[in-house]
Amino acid sequence: MLGQIINYFQSDGGQYLHYVWQHIVLSATALLISMVIALPLGYLGSRVKTVATFCVAFAQGLRIIPSLALLFLLIPFIGTGVVPALIALVVLALPPLLVNTILGFNEVSPLYEEVGRALGMDQRQLRRQIEIPLALPYILNGIKLALVEIIASATLATYIGAGGLGTLIFTGLGLYDMTYVVIGGVSVALLSLIAMLSFDLLIRRVQQHDQSSYSI
Amino acid sequence: MTKAVIQFEHVKKAFGNEVVIPDLSFTVNQGELVTILGSSGSGKTTTLKMINGLIKPSAGTIRIDGQTITDLDLVKLRRHMGYVVQQIGLFPHMTVGQNIAVVPQMLKWDQERIDQRVTELLNLVQLAPKDYVDRYPQQLSGGQQQRIGVARALATNPPYVLFDEPFGALDALTRLELQKEVKRIHESLADKTFMFVTHDINEALFLGQRVLIMHEGQIEQFATPEEIVAHPATEFVADLLGTVQQNQNLWGHYHD
Repeated sequence: MLGQIINYFQSDGGQYLHYVWQHIVLSATALLISMVIALPLGYLGSRVKTVATFCVAFAQGLRIIPSLALLFLLIPFIGTGVVPALIALVVLALPPLLVNTILGFNEVSPLYEEVGRALGMDQRQLRRQIEIPLALPYILNGIKLALVEIIASATLATYIGAGGLGTLIFTGLGLYDMTYVVIGGVSVALLSLIAMLSFDLLIRRVQQHDQSSYSI
Repeated sequence: MTKAVIQFEHVKKAFGNEVVIPDLSFTVNQGELVTILGSSGSGKTTTLKMINGLIKPSAGTIRIDGQTITDLDLVKLRRHMGYVVQQIGLFPHMTVGQNIAVVPQMLKWDQERIDQRVTELLNLVQLAPKDYVDRYPQQLSGGQQQRIGVARALATNPPYVLFDEPFGALDALTRLELQKEVKRIHESLADKTFMFVTHDINEALFLGQRVLIMHEGQIEQFATPEEIVAHPATEFVADLLGTVQQNQNLWGHYHD
């Protein structure tokens, strides 16, 4: 088996890198889009009760739909390829982002906002100097959870023709060749692990002032 | 020469249907250190927060240095009013230096002037600048945090400083030390008006040049500590003083 793996990298290394690249681009794009949607909405949710209720209900609802089902449900509406895969991944990433952003802003003690106001901060300064920095560890944790979810689910995106490391796994399954499955599976796991560790490091950096940890 | 700088004229405050302050009038002169004494629900914190506009009165007029507060830009006003709360009021994600520099930063001082001022203030509250400037609040004791809180309030040399029960959570010894510190700082700075809210009668009498005693939103007495002790204006004030008396009696027995 090891020989076959080495053999694969020697003969098809370029193709492998292409899949990794596809996987990363797909994941990063999905993450960016979901952040653009979820972060402002989450901030709004922490201010307006009805928005929060709606977001949480939406997030709970999404959690019970399996990723694979969501991918296939989209096919009749938007066909196959990268776009439906992106839409599905964004939808999957929204719940952890929304919930953690709302949580983060809600955890900012009203005392700090009052002190900030008493020291003469206007709304913008309050947001930039107090609310966002204090909510940041929670938000980063949400981004981490979303990214891990995206990287794992992007594997399934192969099924609707979006490419990525899933291609290797499904090829392997089709050919009964474990070499491809192992290479694909381990690569996805490694990507997730790297993403998780980098975010943990980042979270630790932004809360160096505090010994207690927010990450789950 | 006395100049009235904080004036309340028939100020009323209601939260919904609940009237916290029915009708409040008093005047504080420039350079005074006034303590506002009352139990929870007496309206003392509400009164303090109306001075910097964190709470808006339902009726009546508040004048700061002769100008009606509704005519003033609150954001600007607050940058000239120091504000000290309990020690948890320091921003946890900023270092000591950054906390002190919050208002100077907003006023766009240049960095050199800010650094110089931070050093000056840390010296004033007797914390060695080079040891403390880069620490985070969580790395300091309660008393040290509170000293930083005082330093932050004084950063831009404001004519007014408001204290909202700042030492309530500290142990008795640290509290006494900080009370002395506030007194010393007030004496060392000319023409600074300090308003200090507390529920501790000892603190109020020790610190205040005049003490404003509040009960259920009304003034029971507003006078110097000596006069309050010698001539309590109401039964409520007499009862308050009684608690001090009782403590001293206890001590008397203890030493017998």
